[in-house]
Amino acid sequence: MTTFGWPEFMFLLRSAGWTLVLTAIAFGIGAVAGGAIAILRLAQNSVLRIIASTYILVIQSIPVLMILLLSYYGLTLVGIKVPPLVAASASLAIYVSAYLAEIWRGAIQAVPMQQWEASASLALSRPQQYRYIILPQALSISLPPTVGFLVQLVKNTSIVSVVGFIELSRAGQLINNATFQPFHVFLVVAVLYFAICFPLSRLSRHLEGVLNVGRSN
Amino acid sequence: MSVVAIDQVHKRYGALEVLKGVSLQVEAGQVVAIIGRSGSGKSTMLRCINGLEAFQSGSITVAGHTVEQNQAKLRALRKDVGIVFQSYNLFPHLSVGENIMLSPRITQGVARPEAKILARKALERVGLAEKFDVYPDTLSGGQQQRVAIARSLAMRPKVMLFDEVTSALDPELTGEVLLAMEELAREGMTMLLVTHEMSFARGVADKTVFMHQGKIWEMGASAEIFGNPQTPELRGFLASGVK
Repeated sequence: MTTFGWPEFMFLLRSAGWTLVLTAIAFGIGAVAGGAIAILRLAQNSVLRIIASTYILVIQSIPVLMILLLSYYGLTLVGIKVPPLVAASASLAIYVSAYLAEIWRGAIQAVPMQQWEASASLALSRPQQYRYIILPQALSISLPPTVGFLVQLVKNTSIVSVVGFIELSRAGQLINNATFQPFHVFLVVAVLYFAICFPLSRLSRHLEGVLNVGRSN
Repeated sequence: MSVVAIDQVHKRYGALEVLKGVSLQVEAGQVVAIIGRSGSGKSTMLRCINGLEAFQSGSITVAGHTVEQNQAKLRALRKDVGIVFQSYNLFPHLSVGENIMLSPRITQGVARPEAKILARKALERVGLAEKFDVYPDTLSGGQQQRVAIARSLAMRPKVMLFDEVTSALDPELTGEVLLAMEELAREGMTMLLVTHEMSFARGVADKTVFMHQGKIWEMGASAEIFGNPQTPELRGFLASGVK
């Protein structure tokens, strides 16, 4: 039986790297899609609004695990081989897009209606209103819930171990199976998660300060 | 040729008819005050002129544009028609200078250095040249409202609309905003203003319109309207203690 030592620690550290990679990919793709869906959700065209709200509703009503199993095993059944990293990133990105779309829709709607009126009265087009007036204000409103969600995402990536992808939590289990030192192993795993999530929360607070320049409230 | 021509405009919110066939002409350089009780339709009429409110029938032309709910046409119209609101509605994430420069730059293609000159001139006109770099919420209400006026002026509008622009201000701050507007009137700007400032309407407006129950109840030269009101409703309104 091995004991928990340097090589085991390095294995956990590398796996924490995979957790980060997975989070970054899922968040990156999910944010682009989520932003687009948030704006569709608020479109003047009612068909677009319905499509966006249906997407959000459906994805939020399904556990991420099901999306993951469907995209990994489901697609395999119909003859499409999906590597675990692709299945994992894609499922998490879908999950992220639906949640961020809702968070950002709320943030956009929290910008006072008068800002739309004032900018429309200055002859701005709708894309210009979004770009110069609404989104910059929605951004600072959305930052705390967005980072809160990102922290959740870091932890939720552990779910991808079911398709054989080894990230931090799965690595912890593997090391524990080999060493039987659960206290050591999972303490290190917990500390590594903390080391990822804590700076994110701090970053959020810092950005809030920067983005709130000129606003007293 | 009128700069603003409102012809038989009707507007309904569901079953509630808020404008019951209003018609009004404004000539170039005229200052027209619109007075009346809350709910008489005066703000709604003003907001119809730049298309912020849609109306069901009748027609409005302003500065050569016909008002219709078509986004491209509304944008063209709004380059020529400025509006200032009761609640200022400055953009809180932009400095005063950026608030003013934004639209000339992105909707009129004015280059940044020229936009800067334009913005400084507009700020000078409202007496706030030194506030170019500060953020709106460091300003008093009166100053914010003057910045809002400057922001509209920088678009070089042909008509300016003012929607109860001093109603959120205390008397002291009201004075500085009215002064800026008076100056604008003297320079020959065509102005329509919904106001509760009767002395301003009386002193500065060429023409005063009294609205009551969604109709233009009485209108004429300001001296006539205030000095010799014809209808009992207007007499009652003027006697009701509004300044």
